[in-house]
Amino acid sequence: MQRYIARQLVQLIVVVFGISLLAFAILHVLGDPVLLLLPQNAGKEEFERYRHLLGLDRPMYVQYWKFISRAVLGDFGKSWYADTPAFRLVLERMPPTIYLTLAGLVVAMVIALPLGTIAALRRHTWVDSLCTVVAVAGQAAPIFWLGIMLIIVFSVRLRLLPASGYGTWQNFLMPAFCLGAALAPITMRLVRSGVIEVMNMEFIKTARAKGVAEPAVVVKHAFRNACIPVITVLGLQFGQLLGGAIITETVFAWPGVATLTVESIRNQDFPVVQCAVILLALVIVSVNLVVDLVVGFIDPRIRAGA
Amino acid sequence: MKAVSADAKVELADLGAVRVEAAGERQATLVRLLRLRWGLAAGAVLVLIVASAVVAPWIAPHDPLAVDVRHRLAPPAWMEGGSAQNLLGTDQVGRDLLSRMIYGGRVSLVVGVSAVLLSSTIGVLLGLSAGYAGGRLDWTIMALVNVMLTFPFVLLALAVIAVLGPSLVNMIIVLGVAGWPIYARVVRAEAMSIGEREFVLAGRALGMSHLRIVFRQILPNLVSTIVVIATLQVAQVIILESFLSFLGLGIQPPTPAWGNMLGEGRLYMLNSWWIATFPGLAIFLTTLVINLLGNALRDWLDPHMRL
Repeated sequence: MQRYIARQLVQLIVVVFGISLLAFAILHVLGDPVLLLLPQNAGKEEFERYRHLLGLDRPMYVQYWKFISRAVLGDFGKSWYADTPAFRLVLERMPPTIYLTLAGLVVAMVIALPLGTIAALRRHTWVDSLCTVVAVAGQAAPIFWLGIMLIIVFSVRLRLLPASGYGTWQNFLMPAFCLGAALAPITMRLVRSGVIEVMNMEFIKTARAKGVAEPAVVVKHAFRNACIPVITVLGLQFGQLLGGAIITETVFAWPGVATLTVESIRNQDFPVVQCAVILLALVIVSVNLVVDLVVGFIDPRIRAGA
Repeated sequence: MKAVSADAKVELADLGAVRVEAAGERQATLVRLLRLRWGLAAGAVLVLIVASAVVAPWIAPHDPLAVDVRHRLAPPAWMEGGSAQNLLGTDQVGRDLLSRMIYGGRVSLVVGVSAVLLSSTIGVLLGLSAGYAGGRLDWTIMALVNVMLTFPFVLLALAVIAVLGPSLVNMIIVLGVAGWPIYARVVRAEAMSIGEREFVLAGRALGMSHLRIVFRQILPNLVSTIVVIATLQVAQVIILESFLSFLGLGIQPPTPAWGNMLGEGRLYMLNSWWIATFPGLAIFLTTLVINLLGNALRDWLDPHMRL
């Protein structure tokens, strides 16, 4: 177990290092910060002076070292737009994003667990086909369009739910459903194939042979075992789930990290963008680590294999 | 006597098993055929979409950029106040929605296909070298793959576009460069397993060069897998492209693209729902038929493919 944890930790460090490099490169290799900071008609000497002032005339690795050694302490510099530290700006916006992501996950589960199980138990019937059709359609529907359609129906036409905002449970309904609907198809497929696989196993036959009632066989014996691959894949898909949350946030003007990032990109406020990118990466990587550990704990085969 | 009857019983039992298996197989074949039908239908719809984008200048009823302020925000033809002049209505400056949608398909399809060509080329080359060479190169490439797969693609694309500036070419580059890890991962795994097969060993024993083994012996075996992933990825790229355009970081107005039409339509959704609805439907339909086609392709090329 210890070696397993050590291996996962090394991987975590590699990933975070890689993403910090990417975040650094986005600004310093692809673009020139000084060009963004100074007005276009500033003189050449002015540019040089600023470059020296910001330490941009030093070698790349020195700059990266400076950037990363401060970043480790939570210092990403001040926002170029609002006069506050980027770190605090991003941290303030983190909770709404996490709540939205969790709510989306719950919705996806509520949709996918029963449907996937039913589809597996009634394999090759119209129920199964219907679930497949819904899944294929759900996978193709762009989240941002789905969100707008929901707003048009529920906010504009029926006037039931607020189109945007944050704070009450009504605000949560549409964004959470939107995100959940995007995640549900893949979850449903995983549950379906998991349950099908487990239902053919010997221990299910044993349970039936010793007279366990069918609902108990499905729930207690099959379902629990079918959940392992679902947890693993969902955990590893957490990054994609956050990606979905980013899209959802922009549609519903949700005050999370994503809307902040998009705003900062529009304002070319790069310290904030870098900070958001790195903090999101940290969240994703930590979730992946926890999932790996939990799954490794439940299923010793994975510990040995990976 | 006893022994014979036991044998007979075994045989009968076997026959039963075979029959059950055959039934299962038949059902599987049936499912496959059904999927192929769906795939063919999806392919036909896709051909229609592509064709209408290609011949847009000839079939679009109006100029997609022609502003007509007198007829702004006109509803679709079947609604009250709509006219046959503008079948799907007009947008906020009176441009014909149907014509803009026909033209808008061009952007999505061009970006989707070019970005996928770029990312599959990068991904296949890196995946082949990682899988075939192994060792340190493999470790480095896979570390890079892990970094990129953990991170949400959307955020990366957003950040890069923000620095490079929005344009058609930049979007293709960003989506193309960001999309390679999925190919690399699959190709690497396949290349590793094929690399240990007899015909590769035989090739090596005969003194073939590494390049020849990789491109003549391993790569041809991977073509169907790559084609399936690439097809499914086109749909993903189209969704991302429209999202970027929706945010105003992609194709810039007035050039029609489904994404930026949707983004503009959002501002008018209070009274004119059609401006946002129809471009979204176009994205939905296109990605749906591409996904169906991809699934059918997978079943047709190799039903055992695990994707």
